[in-house]
Amino acid sequence: MINFQYARAADVADAVRQMAADPSAKFIAGGTNLIDLMKEDVERPSRLIDITRLPLKAVEQTPAGGVRIGALVPNSDLAYHPLIEQRYPLLASAILAGASAQLRNMASAGGNLLQRTRCYYFYDIATPCNKREPGSGCSAINGLNRIHAILGASEACIATHPSDMCVALAALDAEVHVAGPGEARTIAFADFHRLPGDTPQFDTNLQQGEIVTAVELPPQGFAAHHTYLKIRDRLSYAFALVSVAAALEFDGAAIKEARLALGGVAHKPWRNMAVEATLRGQTADQAAFARAADELLRDAKGYEHNSFKIDLARRGIVRALTQAAQGRPQSQAVKRIM
Amino acid sequence: MPRTHTSQPAPHPVLSRLPGRAGRKTPDKLSVALTVNGVAAQLKVAPWTTLLDALRDHLDLTGTKKGCDHGQCGACTVLVDGRRIVSCLTFAVMNDGAEVTTIEGLAANGALHPLQQAFIDHDAFQCGYCTPGQICSAAGLIAEGKARSADEIRELMSGNICRCGAYPNIIAAIEQAMRRS
Repeated sequence: MINFQYARAADVADAVRQMAADPSAKFIAGGTNLIDLMKEDVERPSRLIDITRLPLKAVEQTPAGGVRIGALVPNSDLAYHPLIEQRYPLLASAILAGASAQLRNMASAGGNLLQRTRCYYFYDIATPCNKREPGSGCSAINGLNRIHAILGASEACIATHPSDMCVALAALDAEVHVAGPGEARTIAFADFHRLPGDTPQFDTNLQQGEIVTAVELPPQGFAAHHTYLKIRDRLSYAFALVSVAAALEFDGAAIKEARLALGGVAHKPWRNMAVEATLRGQTADQAAFARAADELLRDAKGYEHNSFKIDLARRGIVRALTQAAQGRPQSQAVKRIM
Repeated sequence: MPRTHTSQPAPHPVLSRLPGRAGRKTPDKLSVALTVNGVAAQLKVAPWTTLLDALRDHLDLTGTKKGCDHGQCGACTVLVDGRRIVSCLTFAVMNDGAEVTTIEGLAANGALHPLQQAFIDHDAFQCGYCTPGQICSAAGLIAEGKARSADEIRELMSGNICRCGAYPNIIAAIEQAMRRS
């Protein structure tokens, strides 16, 4: 790890000021990803601005009927918060599907959004990687790409976003509150993370110097019909090969609203609103779910080692929508997939 | 022919391409106050000293183990303000003012902690390297109160790897300690 300066921020404005004064600094909160990347020499900040003491730790109801989550709420506190357990169990489930109990105790909500890909080549500074070193090339495209993207990838980068929590936040249409040198602003979750295109070094649409202050959930939590189905190489404490957040709302027997977000398949949590729209008004049966899965995966592209993900995703989508329709969400403790 | 030593090692193939430390001012050491196992400690550490290294190298509390040093194995698990964390992925300076409990702090008045006794009763270790982390993690698990079944214990202990494979006995030991807590 290269040497760096350390400073604590007194409040959000102070954090933003400190970052403006040293643009190669980094904010640190939970540290579970950043410190690891610093040990690997992937991240080499000149300064760490410690934001752990900022007052961004509340989970509170909004006047609009939603819930506002402070950026520094630990993942575990969020997953076990009564408002989240009762009204947004999809989010609670997705959080508990990720990492380990220790890491969830440390990792912050804002940091979860900003974690970097676990692509082996991004982590290995001896290999070319356009995300780490723009223009150097992508080692994964013709390399070991079993864990890589099947949707929305580019010639420059086929990395995936590793978060489980973000897949649920995408499905729930969350918003991200951001402060910075300019006006504070709100970013729709679908616009927060980016596809790689020819600038894979940018994971998100945050501007230089901006800081995530909160994540806001709209009132609709799909508590009755949801699931987070995560498929991975071992039963716990592993990143998703494919994960599916599914949420349904019914009007009688007909689907009134459907949400479907995939993890482990793209550079961002993958949603396709057009496919969701086709489910509206339909009866919740296997045929409808299979059509939706086929449509969602129509442009999926496999590489040498990850083509299995296309079939896995297709079956995962059908299974997850079935679980959601039946009101039987996947247990994150008992691993049998029903 | 005697071997000759070259005066300069070859430059590192990768690190030599990255911007180096030149131009980076060496930061001053920083003061950190910790209460470790009930005892106040005042340390002077570099910003990059992890809590794990502070415990082991500055306070000689070597019960906490360094396994992977990347948050993947759980050997370095300690309790910070009562919550289990991996001490390799937090810098000591970030924990200024915190109360830390390590494996050395669990026994009280000469009596083993119920988890320590349960690990002995159930033969819940072989080499023992992961054990301090397993026990601290289990103490955190019991305090959290979210595990009610063996499946839930297994899931919520998944951050602690045991390469000897003592998992069934570890689960049995934790179940025993939970029943008695």
